[in-house]
Amino acid sequence: MARTDFDRELTSLMDELLLLGSMVRKSVLKSLVALKTRDLALSKKVIDDDDLIDQKAVEIEDKCIHLMATQQPLAGDLRTVITVLHVASELERMGDYAEGIGKIGLKIGTDQLLKPLIDIPRIGKLASNMLKKALETLVARDTEGAKAVIESDDEVDALYNQIYRELLLYMIEDPKTIKKATYLLWVAHDLERIADRATNISERTIFMVAGIKYELYGLEEN
Amino acid sequence: MNRENELTKTNNSQSNDQVILSTRDLNVYYGTFRAIKDINLEVKKNQVLALIGPSGCGKSTVLRCFNRMNDLIMSAKVEGSVLYNGNNLYSPDVDAAEIRSRIGMVFQKPNPFPKSIYDNVAFGLKINGYQGDIEEAVERSLKRAALWNEVKDRLKDNGLTLSGGQQQRLCIARALAIEPDIILMDEPCSSLDPIATLAIEELIRDLISKYTIIIVTHNMQQAARVSDETAFLMVGEDRAGYLVETGDTQQILTNPKEERTEAYITGRFS
Amino acid sequence: MNSPIGIEHFSPKLNRRKRFGQFIYLLLLSCVLIGIMGLLLLLVRILFDGIDWLSWHFLTNFPSRHPEIAGMKSAIFGTIWTIGLTGIFTVPIGIGAAIYLEEYSPKNWFTQIVEINISNLAGVPSIVYGLLGLALFVQWMSIGRTVLAGALTLALLVLPIVILASREAIRAVPDSYRQASYALGATKWQTQKSVVLPIAMPSVLTGVILALSRAIGEAAPIIAISALVYLTFIPTNPLSRFTVMPIQIFNWVSRPQDEFRGLAAAGIIILLIILLGMNSFAIYFRNRYQKQSEE
Repeated sequence: MARTDFDRELTSLMDELLLLGSMVRKSVLKSLVALKTRDLALSKKVIDDDDLIDQKAVEIEDKCIHLMATQQPLAGDLRTVITVLHVASELERMGDYAEGIGKIGLKIGTDQLLKPLIDIPRIGKLASNMLKKALETLVARDTEGAKAVIESDDEVDALYNQIYRELLLYMIEDPKTIKKATYLLWVAHDLERIADRATNISERTIFMVAGIKYELYGLEEN
Repeated sequence: MNRENELTKTNNSQSNDQVILSTRDLNVYYGTFRAIKDINLEVKKNQVLALIGPSGCGKSTVLRCFNRMNDLIMSAKVEGSVLYNGNNLYSPDVDAAEIRSRIGMVFQKPNPFPKSIYDNVAFGLKINGYQGDIEEAVERSLKRAALWNEVKDRLKDNGLTLSGGQQQRLCIARALAIEPDIILMDEPCSSLDPIATLAIEELIRDLISKYTIIIVTHNMQQAARVSDETAFLMVGEDRAGYLVETGDTQQILTNPKEERTEAYITGRFS
Repeated sequence: MNSPIGIEHFSPKLNRRKRFGQFIYLLLLSCVLIGIMGLLLLLVRILFDGIDWLSWHFLTNFPSRHPEIAGMKSAIFGTIWTIGLTGIFTVPIGIGAAIYLEEYSPKNWFTQIVEINISNLAGVPSIVYGLLGLALFVQWMSIGRTVLAGALTLALLVLPIVILASREAIRAVPDSYRQASYALGATKWQTQKSVVLPIAMPSVLTGVILALSRAIGEAAPIIAISALVYLTFIPTNPLSRFTVMPIQIFNWVSRPQDEFRGLAAAGIIILLIILLGMNSFAIYFRNRYQKQSEE
């Protein structure tokens, strides 16, 4: 008995997850473009599109529940379905962050930015790449790749700290800039959180494939 | 029933994970056909061990070695040893009938005798020469098997008038009456409806504080619900059953070590 | 409705098949009716001939040259004594042999030979048993031409039947009961005594009753053993001389006078009543126990 129906459902579940991931990634990138180019309509679109992201995440969750009830997965299948359930939730939260950036875009409005954006797009690019890689390694069941994603979070953290220090300096030197600076700080924070959640996805990938927690996986390597 | 003798004296030191039953290089032949090959298993006291595996992998054969029921099959030959509290059950000076009064068995299809409910439970007591109060022992066994309330007013009724699930609980009560240490169950729920099945599973979880149980099952979810440890057997190319993997049930069902185990559990076994 | 083969590939000829079935049914029914007819004719004839001769003194008088006062007392008592003793010998030996063959004997060539021979013995003509009994019991063991010798001979005659019936009865006991018994620590004999035999007993007893029914009707072996046909006393102990009902009937039938034919018919009626009673008892017994174990 090869369970072809079940395998097909699992494959389509992964496809849906990839689709959700790409929706989220597009939202993140759009929200940053909107911020940089002061495109308020685009910011609004990102905010509205979050509903679609939420809906998709719920669809995937429902599908997971349905599979657990009808197929009673065990062992590897069980870890797969549980992982998809978690990752959908992570992606939905990432979508919320993108929406948050969009809202900040609207809050800043037509005011001039505090400073030209250099580091924030950089951290945005890092975070969105991590998201892309995390999903790719998940579907490919690539534990080494997942490990690399987790390790690349250090770079994001370092960059975030740098942005934080820089904006702090601005605020100390000129208290009138606090409002604008905090907006930018929030954006950087949201991006740093997106990167964090991408590492969560990769940790779950390792659990799905190897059945052990990431910390132990590192030990097993040695 | 206090029957201390050679068989109950343990050779292991007392510990929480005390091994009560084990096999060493167990092989069983039916004529020239080897049914099970080099089985090495350990059963811990007061735990439930589930034996799972595809049809024909020898699970029932292994089970029947524990109470020497294979002796009843003319062509069966057993090699290797089965140790009960350190004593080899297959050594020539051990009496099979005595073993069976300590290691009880419940069968796949409920088989109460065509006698009254009372006589069914009292049967084991009478043939083993029970010296105590039989009525009290019968009541105690029926209570332990969660059947007393349903039959206390009709102990004289024929056992075959009970429903399937009740009959199986009657068989369990019958086995419990002689106070065995270990109870062997060969797919006890496979001929019962889901509600009766759940009742038996609950009973197993209740019994485990006093007994050790080994259960053969086809149902993965049942193994998950009921057992502490699981052993997976498979048929080799020589059509002999062999042990693939044993371990904590939770572990085996969420992340088994062997690929063959994973393939069987996820139903992709072909 | 997609039939991959297509209805064109069948030629059902349903009507023809039904009619043929009807024809077979009638054929089989006529077989039964012929058998029943034969029996009914016999019974009616017997009743016709013998009913007038049935009376209380028919049962209590001894045979006599005068048909009006002739009775069957000696034969009736002889039959009772003989069948009683036959039962006492047959039952334990027959059941014991069956238990041994079914449960204890190893399945080797010796057992095979024994089994084949027992089946064959059931078909040996009863006169052969009579001659065997004569040589073995009457002469060699010097028991003489007594009830005991007759009973022993009849026991040999019906023993194969009892053994076969008992074996079937024991074989019919589901193995699951034996397994359950052994699993509780019972020995082989405990299992036989407490589980197998109680379940098999109704069928065994049915077999015994049927065997005794056969024995009751045997004339040839008793003639060889007893040699007496005209008896005016009843047996008082196993070593008495005796006669049995079939012999008495046979004796009356061979007399030329018509009255004796009537007496013979009356005797047959009595014999049939006893046989009917025994068989009914067997059936009743079996049904009662079957109902119990089928619940």
